[in-house]
This record gives sequence, C-alpha cells and structure tokens, in this order.
Amino acid sequence: MAQEQNVLEVIDLVKHYPIKAGVTQRVVGHVRAVDGVSFSIKPGQTFGLVGESGCGKSTIGRTLLRLTQPTSGKCIIEGKDIFALNRKELRAMRPKMQMIFQDPYSSLDPRMSVSEIIGEAVREHNIVSKAEYRDYVLKVMEDCGLRAFQADRYPHEFSGGQRQRICIARALALNPDLIVADEPVSALDVSIQAQVINLMRDLQEKRNLSYLFISHDLSVVEYISDVVGVMYLGTLVEMGTKEELFKHAMHPYTKALLSAVPVPNPDVKMNRVILQGDLPSPANPPKGCKFHTRCPNCMEKCKTEAPVYKDYGNGHYCACHLYE
Amino acid sequence: MTNADKNRNQRLRQVKKENARRFKEFKKAKKRKIPESEYVTQMKNQDNILEIDGLHTFFYTDVGTVRAIDGVTFSVPRGKTVGIVGESGCGKSVTSMSVMRLLQEPQGQITSGQIRFAQRKENRAIDLSKAPQKVLEKVRGGEISMIFQEPMTTLNPVFTIGRQLDEAIQLHTEKMSKKDIAAHSVEMLKTVGIANAEGVYKMYPHELSGGMRQRVVIAMALACHPDLIIADEPTTALDVTIQAQILDLLRNLKDKINASIMLITHDLGVVAEMADYVVVMYAGRVVEQGTVQDIFHNPSHPYTIGLMKSRPNILGSEGDRLYSIPGSVPNPVDLPNYCYFHNRCDRCGKECEGPFPQMVQLSDTHRVACYKALENQKEVQK
Repeated sequence: MAQEQNVLEVIDLVKHYPIKAGVTQRVVGHVRAVDGVSFSIKPGQTFGLVGESGCGKSTIGRTLLRLTQPTSGKCIIEGKDIFALNRKELRAMRPKMQMIFQDPYSSLDPRMSVSEIIGEAVREHNIVSKAEYRDYVLKVMEDCGLRAFQADRYPHEFSGGQRQRICIARALALNPDLIVADEPVSALDVSIQAQVINLMRDLQEKRNLSYLFISHDLSVVEYISDVVGVMYLGTLVEMGTKEELFKHAMHPYTKALLSAVPVPNPDVKMNRVILQGDLPSPANPPKGCKFHTRCPNCMEKCKTEAPVYKDYGNGHYCACHLYE
Repeated sequence: MTNADKNRNQRLRQVKKENARRFKEFKKAKKRKIPESEYVTQMKNQDNILEIDGLHTFFYTDVGTVRAIDGVTFSVPRGKTVGIVGESGCGKSVTSMSVMRLLQEPQGQITSGQIRFAQRKENRAIDLSKAPQKVLEKVRGGEISMIFQEPMTTLNPVFTIGRQLDEAIQLHTEKMSKKDIAAHSVEMLKTVGIANAEGVYKMYPHELSGGMRQRVVIAMALACHPDLIIADEPTTALDVTIQAQILDLLRNLKDKINASIMLITHDLGVVAEMADYVVVMYAGRVVEQGTVQDIFHNPSHPYTIGLMKSRPNILGSEGDRLYSIPGSVPNPVDLPNYCYFHNRCDRCGKECEGPFPQMVQLSDTHRVACYKALENQKEVQK
C-alpha cells in the first residue's frame, strides 16, 4: 500500500485510560478504549466506523486529531506522523483535519455570531487575506446551505439542522483534507438527517473531501461510506468495502448488528440474531476472542485464543476463528 | 424603541395577563369535588381499551398559546400495539402525558376532548381527562403504566431496584405481606430476562448497564399487570443490539399478559416491526392513520411519504440522493388554521390554502388529512 496515496493512515493505534484509585491516585488498571486499530482512508472516500456505545469509536476520532494523547501507534497524514509532531508543527497541520461533533447545541459558542464561529479559525490560520475575509465566510456559508443574511445571527436563532450546517461550515472553512464526523446526524430528526447527509455528500464531491464517519446507525453508515469498519471493545473485528461488508458479512458480531436494525417493512419478519447480554467492560475485557461471551457461534478455541485479524480477499478483513 | 417593539411588548403583556386569569380559574376549578356522573362514560367500541376523541391540549406560555395537541382522535384496541410516529415537537409525548394526566399544570391544560379508558377491574369506562386525582392514582401504574425513554432518569438513584419495585407493587395491591411483595418483585425481574434477579434486587441503578436498567423499568411497568402500557421512545437511548433485545422482550411480554401497547417513536423501522396500527402526527395533529399495512404499503400523506423516503435503507437503492423534506417544522406558537405542511409539501396546490384539511376515509381503517389524498394514492399505486 503506497503511503502517499492515502489521506490518512492509522497504524496500530492504542489508547488506554488509566483507572486511578485511593488517596494517592495510584493507577490500578487501564480502560482499553482503543486496542490496536489500523486502517487507512483514500482521498475523496468515506470510512464508516460502527459499533455500540463504549466500543471506542469516538476515542479513535478524538485521538487522530490529537484532542487526546494516544498511548502508542502512528497516524500519518501527508507523510507526517501526527503523534510525533511538536506544538508548532501540529498547529500548522490543524487546518488539514477538522471535526464535526455530535451535538450541534453544545458545540457552538452561544456568544459568537455565525460569521465569527466560522471565521475565527480562518483568521487564526490566515487562510485568506483580510480584504477577502468577509466574502470568503459568506461563500462558505452559502456552500453549506446557509444564507448571507444569517451571518450576524447567533446560534440560538437556528434549528438543529441549521446548527449542524454551521458546524459543517466551520470545519469546511479551513479547506481540510479530512473531516472526522462523530455521529453528526444522531441528534437530528429523521427529515433533517437526510438534508445534512445530502449536504455532506455534495460537499465531498465538490471538494474531494475524505470523511471518517463515526456512527452507531448502520443504515446511515451504509448510505454514506465507501469502506466500513466494525468495532467491538476497542478493536476492529471486520473491515471491508461497503458492498462486501453488508452483503457478505463474515464476523458473527457484524451479522448480529445487521440483523438488529429494524426494517421499515411490516411484511419482512427477519430471522433475528439477538445477542445476549451487554458489552463487557473495556477495563477487563474477556480473554481470547473479545466477543466470545456473546457470540452465537462460540467454540472452545475462542475462549482461550485471540483470532488473527487478516485479509480474506477483496480488502475484506476479519478477525474470527470460524474462517481460519 | 420602535413602534413594532412597542406593539409586541403590549401584546406580550396582554398574553401574560390573560394567562394569569386562566391559571386562577384552573386552580379554582381543581378544588371542586367531581361527582362520578361527570367522568364515568361509555366506550364507543367495546373492543377498545382506550379511545382518544378530539383531544386538545394547550400550553399557555408567555409568548403565546402552543397548541401542542390540536384535535387528536384515535383508539387503542385491546391486545394490540398502536405506534405513534412523528418528529420531535409534533405532540406525541404530550399525547401520552395527557393520557396519564402528567401535564405540567396549570400551564398545560386539556381544554377539550375525551380520553375514554375501559377499566376492566371495575367494569366501567372513565374519562381520564375529567377524572379526579383519587381515581387517577389508581389508574397510573396500576391499569396504565409507562416506560420512559431514559432509564437512568426514570429510576431513583438513591434507592435500590428492589425498593422501587416493591413500592410500585405495594401501592396497587392490597394486603400483601412484605415477603410476598419482594418475591413478586424478584419474579418480575426474572420475567424480563435478568439472570441474577436476587442480586439485581439489591443493587442501585448506577450498577446496571443501560439495557439492564430499561429491563428494570419494564419490570416495574408490568408489575401490576396493566391493561395498557405506554412506551415513550423505549429504545432510543439504547444500542441497536440492545434495542433488538428489548423490543423482542416487549413483544413477548405483551402477549403473555394480554396488554395493549401505545408505542411512541420516531423510528419507522421499530413501528413496522412492533405495531398493528400506526398514527402519524405532525405539528399537533394526526395527518394519517391506519393499519401497518396501510401506512407502509400505501402511504398517502406527503409527510408520511417523505418520512419513508428520507431514511437510508440497508441494501436498498444504491447511490441515489436521499429524499429530504425541505424546510423544517413550523413554530408551534399561535399556529394559524391551514395545512401546516403546505410550505414543505411538493404537491401543494391551490386548494391547499384553505383551512386544515378534514380526515378523508380511504378505507375502513385508513384515514388521511390531505386535500390531495385521493390523487396521492393514485400516484403511489402507479
């Protein structure tokens, strides 16, 4: 795999949060939020990351942008390892990678007008000259479906969908190569979700953006992604192109996830794989295959030996003893 | 201060004054003792457990009247599941709150309409919108119980699961010893599929995961064998795999105790799977209602059609743009009387400018509030 080709390359990313206890704040264990994840994103493509809450998908998004410090691993953007940069170098890289957060109500400063919110980072990073500044902000707003007369309004005057447009505009204003979108539509109503997803797709086509799209909603991920990775307890259990993954799911967890999505058709009575129990604690993950406690096809081998994550052709990766 | 500001301020002062008068009247009326003849009624159809008839629930706020529910009519048949679908702010939760009479009073008031509920134990029907507190206390939790969206906020963090379950049972059953109540609680926890029921009985809510908490809430709701369960977005806060578990559980338990479910959700997938009848709400009104088959195979209101098309479907049509309903939900304060959907509708015509359309009967079960309902249907059938 040629490294220059990819917008983003993540190699063996690990993030452990220490658990502290007692008066001395002694470290008594680690929450293994992300435990060795590797993937890459090509220009103009969308990588969808799905999994249940607590599986570490948001941690990946935040660590990639160095909003939290990684424990180990590499993240390569434009040939540079983001995790090895010092403050000054990192600051120069920041415009290349931007983020859209889940909740458009808490991610916008209520005291700043829309043009300030969008323009703040533009000014900081000297994206355009002072003379062009205002026109540039209005142009970005227009691209995101906001009107020029709304530039001096404040976030509370907007609905949820419009706020998410402001967040997208803020990210877009810096001309990034990569946008990490952490559950960008989960807080929105169904009819508004479609508007925001369409906007994200249009912008991707226009500007050749790459997305890391984090979501727990499989149908949205299926719609927007080119490559999809399924996470369970801090590791990728399966990854493949959208067609491969959704039509020929291999890992029992992916199968269960797919069958758990309710289908809006009353005549379809699916043969559900209903998983028993809950997600185990990432502080004390099960031995062997992490999924074996809930797996319908669990074998003796799974309880002791962790399966190898390997390629099964067509860029379809999976970690399961069933196929070995 | 400009003239417009002055007018606005004057108007707002008037609204406040008017509200204060209303609240005073409401409080006065509440003190009155309500005779039985006022709230005991007859069910229109004996097969129904709940009939909501022309319900109007208004919220009197300082900026104007919010007509949260504006003439909602539907019924819940015995042993069936009715799904209520709509976006946030369309009045689906207020409908359930009106049924339970849990509205924030005196700002929120049921101004007209009937909520008829068949009391099986007493063999009569009562109008919940007029019933006195004493009667309501018996109904709430005993005959109608509710499952809320957020299991963490539903459960009290300072009491054990067991104590909270016991309390619910104790309030609605007479002469049961403490031991029997505890045994019944553990039994209920087992019914909802909690393996370590005795252990969970002694635990506090924070010790349980989201799915487990929701199971506990369901156990609490079912503890007194209610005739009607109102589930207000019971799975929205949960993951898909846990959602599948909970939906499966609800479906099985409903059949076991022969209860009806009023399921409130915004997820069409959940409705398709669970419901027998569907009510689609928009801005406080019912825009379409019918059986699941009616709604999903033959959607006739442009809003319903839009909702269906705007969801990406796993392994559905590939690559096309998602259909998105333009615009957003209207501001609920002082809505004028016209079809609220007309500025978001792609089939809107001249006739749509009139007052809010009447319900059109498309078949025995299928009703829709749209001037162009019959035309829409022809189009869908093509």
